[in-house]
Amino acid sequence: MYPGQFEYHRAASIKDALDLLKRYGDDAKLLSGGHSLIPMMKLRLAQPAHLIDVTKIAELRALSESGGKIVIGAAAPHDAVATSSLVRDKLGLLAEAAAAIGDVQVRNRGTIGGSLTHADPAADYPAAVLALEGEIKLERDGGSRTVKAADFFLDLMTTAVQPGELLSQIAFAPIPAGAGYSYQKYPHPASGFAMVGVAALVSLDRSGKIASARVGVTGLGAKAFRAGAVEAALAGKAADAATITAAAAKTADGIDALGDIHASSEYRAELARVYARRAIQAAVARAKA
Amino acid sequence: MRVNLTVNGQARSDEVEPRLLLVHYLRDVAGLTGTHVGCESTLCGACTVLLDGKAVKSCTVLAAQADGASVTTVEGLAKDGKFHPIQDGFWEEHGLQCGYCTPGMMMAAVDLLSRTTNPSEDEIRHALEGNLCRCTGYQHIIKAVQYAAEKMRAAAGR
Repeated sequence: MYPGQFEYHRAASIKDALDLLKRYGDDAKLLSGGHSLIPMMKLRLAQPAHLIDVTKIAELRALSESGGKIVIGAAAPHDAVATSSLVRDKLGLLAEAAAAIGDVQVRNRGTIGGSLTHADPAADYPAAVLALEGEIKLERDGGSRTVKAADFFLDLMTTAVQPGELLSQIAFAPIPAGAGYSYQKYPHPASGFAMVGVAALVSLDRSGKIASARVGVTGLGAKAFRAGAVEAALAGKAADAATITAAAAKTADGIDALGDIHASSEYRAELARVYARRAIQAAVARAKA
Repeated sequence: MRVNLTVNGQARSDEVEPRLLLVHYLRDVAGLTGTHVGCESTLCGACTVLLDGKAVKSCTVLAAQADGASVTTVEGLAKDGKFHPIQDGFWEEHGLQCGYCTPGMMMAAVDLLSRTTNPSEDEIRHALEGNLCRCTGYQHIIKAVQYAAEKMRAAAGR
């Protein structure tokens, strides 16, 4: 299996990449690790005439801390995110989700920007980026805009990225001290994709009650989403098993659960409830520790 | 287009089609057939090589993307006529039956051993999740990696 023919361009800078995007328009695709795009091209699901490789743009690969935010370059490979001491210390939930992606070879190549823009319904990152309320920066000719994670995922493999735009970085507020988090997934045994994955971030107040909870869910529906009903059922409540189980039971409410050869929609919904409970429990345990 | 890269320590410069996959570049252009073509869909790991020291599935990397990089294939493991410890491990512990997955297994194991010198069995199994073996049941592969880790620690005086 090999991709169809295309012309290969290497962008030296973000501006260079945007110029190339403008020149080739709908015939062009941005290429970074290529771990979503190249498989799509082999299957002829994507047949771009031009590939614009952004991997060599150093600022797109950087992991940094600036202005109180942790900034992850779009072309940072999953392994770099999973093993970065900065990310592990201040954004542990993102590192945990990155470490859960595929296998080591995939993590060495695949990138966060590629995963988010591809928006596979079973990708791991979106759950964590939603729970961490990432701010996604999109560059375009003559400017840039920032999209909140909650507004980024629109539908199955469809995002807020417009033609001519390039996702350059994702900025996050660091996880507050004392908050607990966990990413729990049921991986597909062959591909490693999340049949269901749940990212939970929980803060407790001084009395040990749940001050706030954020829960991101992937794999269940056409797009990753914040489980608002679960979050509302946790806020202000005692951080005990009964509360968590009752809240997690709402994970699939109102969601049109995907069903396929691997799992019926009913089974996926049950997985989501179980993995939400486990993720929230683990997050609470960490917050108490 | 032209790609310039280092394969097993040797600098190469070749004219390639942009769509040429790294695995086909290594096998058909560089003539290194130790890297196997398996599932061609980023699942089985038979095509695993090191790209700038990190294990990658070369069926999902364009040769063009490896421009300027250093690639190590299974042929690059032995030095001065002596096997790499991971090769000794697969030999001594009978880490293979048909051998098709073996080059990829060894390259993934080398990535692991570059990160940790004393991996637990769980860590070894986790590190080889991206490599499928249809013969062995994996047990002897785990032992082969443990053998290599021990030899490498002994050689480093740890």
